[in-house]
Amino acid sequence: MSPAMFLAPALLLIAVFFFLPVLVSFLMSFTDFDIYSLANTSNARFIGFDNYKNLLSDPLFWKAMRNTLYFVFLGVPLSLLVSLGTALLLNSKLIRFMSLFRLAYFLPVVTTLVAVAVVWRYIYHPSFGLVNYFLSLIGLGTVDWLGNPKWAMLALIIMAVWKNFGYNMIIFIAGLQNIPPELYESARIDGAGKWQEFLHITLPMLMPTTIFVSIITIIGYFQLFAEPYVMTQGGPMNATLSIVLLMYQEGFRWWRMGYSAALAFVLFLILFLATLVQLRFQKRYSAV
Amino acid sequence: MKTNKILIHALAIFIALITLVPFVWMVSASFMQQGGANQFPPRLIPESFSLEHYLRLFVSMNIVRYFLNSLILSFSITALSLLVNSMAGFAFAKFYFPGKEGLFKVLLAAMIIPAQVTMLPLFLMMNQLGLINSYLGVIIPGMASIFGIFLIRQYITSLPDSLIEAARLDGASDFQIYWRIVLPLAKPILVTLGLFTFMGTWNDFMWPLIIMTRENMYTLPVAMANLSGEHAQDTELMMAGAVITVMPVIIVFLALQRFYIEGIMLGSVKE
Repeated sequence: MSPAMFLAPALLLIAVFFFLPVLVSFLMSFTDFDIYSLANTSNARFIGFDNYKNLLSDPLFWKAMRNTLYFVFLGVPLSLLVSLGTALLLNSKLIRFMSLFRLAYFLPVVTTLVAVAVVWRYIYHPSFGLVNYFLSLIGLGTVDWLGNPKWAMLALIIMAVWKNFGYNMIIFIAGLQNIPPELYESARIDGAGKWQEFLHITLPMLMPTTIFVSIITIIGYFQLFAEPYVMTQGGPMNATLSIVLLMYQEGFRWWRMGYSAALAFVLFLILFLATLVQLRFQKRYSAV
Repeated sequence: MKTNKILIHALAIFIALITLVPFVWMVSASFMQQGGANQFPPRLIPESFSLEHYLRLFVSMNIVRYFLNSLILSFSITALSLLVNSMAGFAFAKFYFPGKEGLFKVLLAAMIIPAQVTMLPLFLMMNQLGLINSYLGVIIPGMASIFGIFLIRQYITSLPDSLIEAARLDGASDFQIYWRIVLPLAKPILVTLGLFTFMGTWNDFMWPLIIMTRENMYTLPVAMANLSGEHAQDTELMMAGAVITVMPVIIVFLALQRFYIEGIMLGSVKE
């Protein structure tokens, strides 16, 4: 058996069910593929950049874009902070039962997102939910988390961070354990305090880990879909409509597949640019 | 030092409460009587235990079918993807052929293409093949995974070449080397990847939502999403459904968590 025989099954599957659809999707984004084309593909016409032009003048697209950027730009730093904080906590020499805490923090990561989203819908209930109950216990007012356009996206961000910080925490713990202990020893000899150690050793040494973690988190958060689909259906007043939810609705509810394909490629372009910027950053960092 | 220690543990317990209380409430609410979860203040322990919601899910709703659908898909994708990806990973790790590095780089670069880009044409293809509302419609696109090939290649590369050369001198064929020598040695990474694939498939939502439009083909997450629209007021019923949905992944994870956590670290190792 030659290497080709070992590679063939995987490469064929990837070519036919991944690369080919990517290519077709790209072509589709320049057509008016809709429900009539679904019945007969020859009904689809080439319309150049019209889908992209329409996209840019569609207020719903800009709404979804703003919502998604809000989710990413608030959610990702929050997730990084919580996961770095918990990694430092669990990496502390003082902590006992470390693996038990790690397990508790990690549990939301492995559980089914849709089921968890259903649970959180009730946790955010304005009158019976746990969140408002705890807020009332500490004397704060209650919030209609998922019903108020001002709060709904924040509610999804909090849930998303709760759900995934454990994953990044594991990577940060591995990064922390890779820092050579001699660095801390020599810093201590030089009389550095805990805070200086953190600022001048821990943070710079964690930089490659942080960049990796932010790339995967940004990519993941840009694909926000199940949370708004289950918890808010994109509402209230489109406050939680995300790019992928809009793409799903255009493509699979209204069957405007050409338009939807254009949306998918805009998402791809954003992810591509975001990854490029961060890799550039990483290169510059490692050159120093 | 002593107060620091107490503070650190207080904080650690506080965070653990935040991550665990939603699950405690989910389990507890699923055993409450109708309306028991819609009370103020909310209760973390039911006043009286009731199995009515589980009974309702099993007797008058189709939860057994959804559970089986999820189970069939997760098991078959896990088994098939382990076979397909380990073969490719082996070829990338231990064979030399022209264009190998370039091909591998193309695959790695393609990992940043989000899956959503493929879904529209994939739906049309499955429609042409008559695979809408079929298990194969989920299994076929789920079999090969670039991440899986990458993970296995990394592991097999680290196995000594001498083992393979010795077997080849003994007259073993490439397939025998793969099946009898490489696979048994790669068992830890296969368990890790199998775990990732099983849990990933079980938890997957968007593609099954698109392709499983007939109610009796729903997976648990798709069924949950649809039920939560129809039965929004039945808090306790929905919690029972959530418990059934997450319980299998939690059990599998608890049994094999070492492999899962090691896998995350392996996946984060840069080239």
